[in-house]
Amino acid sequence: MSSTVYHAPGTVEDAVALLSADPTARPLGGGTDLIVQMRSGRLSPGAVIDLKRIEGMSGVRRVGDAFAIGAATPCTALKANAGLAAAWPGVVEAANLIGSVQVRNRATMAGNLCNASPAADSVPALVAAGAVCVIAGPSGLREAPVEAIPVSPGKTSLAPGEFVVEIRLPPRPAGGGDAYLRATPRTEMDIAVVGAGVSLVLDGEGTCTAARVALGAVGPTVVLVEEAGAALVGTKLGDDALAALSQAVQAASHPIDDKRGTVSYRKAMAGVLARRAALIAASRAGAKA
Amino acid sequence: MNAPEQMKQFRHIGTRPIRPDGVDKVTGKALYSPDFKAPGMLWGAILRSPHPHARILSIDTKKAEALPGVKAVATGKDLPTLESLVMHVGEGASDIVDISHNCLALGKALYEGHAVAAVAATSPEIAREALGLIAVEYEELPFVLGLEEALAEGAPVLHDTVFTKGVDPKPDKPSNAAMRVEMGKGDVEGALASAAATVSGRYTLEPVHQGYIEPHACVASWNGDGQAQIWTSSQGHFAVRSLTASVLAIPQADIRVTPLEIGGGFGGKTTIYLEPVAMVLSKKSGRPVRLAMTREEVFRATGPAPGAVIDVRLGADADGALVAADVQFLYHSGAFTANDAGAGVSSAIGHYRIANTRVVGTEVLCNRPAAKAYRAPGAPQVNFAVESAMDELAGKLGIDPLDLRLKNAAAEGDPQTSGLPWGRIGYVECLEAAKAHPHWSAPLGAHQGRGVAGGYWGNYGGPSTVNVSVAEDGTITVATGSPDIGGSRASMAIMAAEVLDVPYEQVRAVVADTASIGVSMVTGGSRTTFATGMATVQAAEEVKRLLCERAARMWGVPADQVEWRSGAVACLAGEAQGQTLSAAAIAGRSFHSGGPIAAVAALSAQGWLPGFGVHICDTEVDPETGHVRIVRYTAVQDVGTAIHPDYVEGQIQGGAAQGIGWALNEAYIYGENGKLDNAGFLDYRMPVASDLPMIEAVMVEVPNPAHPYGVKGVGEVPIVPPLAAVANAIHAATGARLKDLPMAPDRVYAALHPQG
Ligand SMILES: Cc1cc2nc3c(=O)[nH]c(=O)nc-3n(C[C@H](O)[C@H](O)[C@H](O)COP(=O)(O)OP(=O)(O)OC[C@H]3O[C@@H](n4cnc5c(N)ncnc54)[C@H](O)[C@@H]3O)c2cc1C
Repeated sequence: MSSTVYHAPGTVEDAVALLSADPTARPLGGGTDLIVQMRSGRLSPGAVIDLKRIEGMSGVRRVGDAFAIGAATPCTALKANAGLAAAWPGVVEAANLIGSVQVRNRATMAGNLCNASPAADSVPALVAAGAVCVIAGPSGLREAPVEAIPVSPGKTSLAPGEFVVEIRLPPRPAGGGDAYLRATPRTEMDIAVVGAGVSLVLDGEGTCTAARVALGAVGPTVVLVEEAGAALVGTKLGDDALAALSQAVQAASHPIDDKRGTVSYRKAMAGVLARRAALIAASRAGAKA
Repeated sequence: MNAPEQMKQFRHIGTRPIRPDGVDKVTGKALYSPDFKAPGMLWGAILRSPHPHARILSIDTKKAEALPGVKAVATGKDLPTLESLVMHVGEGASDIVDISHNCLALGKALYEGHAVAAVAATSPEIAREALGLIAVEYEELPFVLGLEEALAEGAPVLHDTVFTKGVDPKPDKPSNAAMRVEMGKGDVEGALASAAATVSGRYTLEPVHQGYIEPHACVASWNGDGQAQIWTSSQGHFAVRSLTASVLAIPQADIRVTPLEIGGGFGGKTTIYLEPVAMVLSKKSGRPVRLAMTREEVFRATGPAPGAVIDVRLGADADGALVAADVQFLYHSGAFTANDAGAGVSSAIGHYRIANTRVVGTEVLCNRPAAKAYRAPGAPQVNFAVESAMDELAGKLGIDPLDLRLKNAAAEGDPQTSGLPWGRIGYVECLEAAKAHPHWSAPLGAHQGRGVAGGYWGNYGGPSTVNVSVAEDGTITVATGSPDIGGSRASMAIMAAEVLDVPYEQVRAVVADTASIGVSMVTGGSRTTFATGMATVQAAEEVKRLLCERAARMWGVPADQVEWRSGAVACLAGEAQGQTLSAAAIAGRSFHSGGPIAAVAALSAQGWLPGFGVHICDTEVDPETGHVRIVRYTAVQDVGTAIHPDYVEGQIQGGAAQGIGWALNEAYIYGENGKLDNAGFLDYRMPVASDLPMIEAVMVEVPNPAHPYGVKGVGEVPIVPPLAAVANAIHAATGARLKDLPMAPDRVYAALHPQG
């Protein structure tokens, strides 16, 4: 019988050592993906390295006007942080679409990211926001943009012995706003058929000066659609700009047909959700500009 | 709600006391099937076919048997060879040979997930590991999942022993058409040809699951002397006993089945899957054996409700009077002959007066798990088609959809589809209550639409046994053989307290095991409050008579000189005139006045009546995403008499919620390989709480004259109208008529954007 050893290291170094010692070992955040996968027999790691006992791994830190979110921070704790929720409402809302209250009391954004599901809800919002991961490994700490982590369904770019220590969100730009929307048949406890995150900046006149648009569930990984952002920059988000945004998003969508949606429906929804998310982001930007 | 026809003053009927099993259930103390453990118990596991259709060439269990910790291995060959015998245990009948072969395949695996072998071991991990050591040699066979595909020339035939039942002469070739049921009268084609308005359409539905929270589980312990015990949750432990005994060919009284609390059944727990297998493993190992399904096994191997293809034609004259109905449908039987088609035929169009009718239903075998009863089995599918067509007809005629239904609604004395006259039914009353309800005339917002649909279910009566006994302190125990799914302990206590005119808390109701009470049919067919309730009333009346008799003896007066008054016996003559004796006073002396006081009622309840419901649904459809939100929902139902209104409302709300799920998102999704692709609640999308508005239950009370308190069954009716009510509301909101369920966002989107 195969068996799994449970470790709860107290330091980042110990965690790295444990992860390096067994190539099948897995970091454990909330366990809402990992334990489900172990129970179903899809995964049987030799060791589970619980990150929650590591000092500083749980909680949101303010670094000037930026935010550092510990890898073991549950999604509900993000909502409870008023500063973060005001600065990056799209990210916080995306993380709080995951599962149910019970799931979110455990689930983390780092786990959402490292599980590398193309449908992960917090990831497009993080990518749109320009979030960066701090990664610990055998050779110390390094940084990587969120979009560099997932490489294909279930696979990440993390090297053996590496894990995400925290996710950093930049300061909210003046005139900035973000939003995330997903399409699901049910209102909750569901997996995104398509997800769209938009983060943009408006100047005093309401003209868009910067925009990032990221999509979930339309390809093997999260997709950062630069053309879609470009379609908004220099515009006041009029009908033409929004149509160009939808078109760029659809062109960048290469979804599959599966039990959760067809190719044509997913493409159509990517366009609709990106447009709606852009309008919400703009209203947030306008409100605080 | 509405006043009963004969205004009776009740003390308890119609009140809402706390259920006796409530505290155990909300504190987590109640013992459900997966909670039960016996000393020395082994853990079983089942090996299931990975193929949708395959011949089993050989099963080699030697390696599994050799694994340390494995105590027994079983295959289909360990079950006795049986003669074909159709057994009626609940909602529908099944051949015992089919039930046996469904518990453990013999010769062929007929669907992905079909049980082919089982093990019992000292831990669940060892049991699972042992499954991997069983070598099954399969010869894969062509498979068929679709209804019309299964009937097509050249389709793989599942059973060479099945010749379509219900056709004369008997066909000369076996086929997947297991059974054909037809009813009708008059000249349908002629009437349709001369009708002022006609509608026709083809409607399709995918199979759906009952979705009970508690997976199937049992513990069986079979001793060397032949006596056995089974602990399980089911809708009927007597059915578990008779089916298990029949599959194993042993006497029923050798099995004692103890019912555990049930975490939902909805028809799906009126049969057996695990018990005979656990029994065989127990016999081989000499130890109690537990078998429990995972959620995935529940989806792959237990009964869904059948999917369907339904062709409907309706015709009416210019005033909206229906002149003809033609309904022809195919239902999935799955791997073994099921029997929802019969109920489908009698549930299709009987709520309307129509002179010319033809209703034909066919059961179709295919490589899916065997279809099983689901709340009003066979009715929602055909009702979806007929009530959608009624909506279309109303539109064509320019008549309000409720008025069209009122114009044609069947009432007492009108013929059913079978030709027999309806009894005291309440369809007209429900339609009138719906029309008068503020919901029907409330304003609608943007992208919103309102739909309505009516439907019915026949309900049932049948055998129940109840023992009412009086403790020495005068408190009362009501023991029934009916598992409590929807609050029946409370309802039985209410009815007994009503008869005896004592406080509700003085009466406690329990569910007794098969050795402790007489035979009772399953809790299904919306029969328990009606039939077991009738037995409860009868036994309580007898207890009342015994108490009077004892009191008369204690006073030394003739029995006709005493009377039951306000929960005690009053003396009408002699020295004691004016005195009273309470149940406590009588029971306290009962050992010296003739022995304990108790009465059993064992009856087969007759005079049940069908229930009718009318549902109003408002939807809001997002034109850009196809997402449907249920904005408001009102379910009107004739409930006879609501014994405990909370539980009646709960049944109505639960049924409506399940129907909405069926309408919007629930469906079995199969891959090209014939394997189920969504065997879990993540992708088998039942509604969650936030998907539903508060469902308003409106109880119309048209009492059943055949029941002492007017009871009609209420549990199944409410799942019948929602499918069409939702579809009609989507039509009203968008102009698109969706004829294929589920009406998931992508389907609705495609209907709204035909160009893509
Ligand atoms: C009922 C239910 C509903 C759900 N609904 C949604 C939903 O709506 N949307 C959605 O996106 N997801 C959903 N999920 C999936 C899951 O909850 C999320 O992906 C969640 O964010 C995972 O976080 P976790 O902390 O629980 O991860 P874990 O399960 O602990 O880990 C997930 C994976 O990431 C790895 N990992 C964890 N932390 C790190 C780290 N710091 N560094 C490197 N690797 C790490 C683990 O080894 C594992 O492979 C649902 C799950 C369930 C059970």
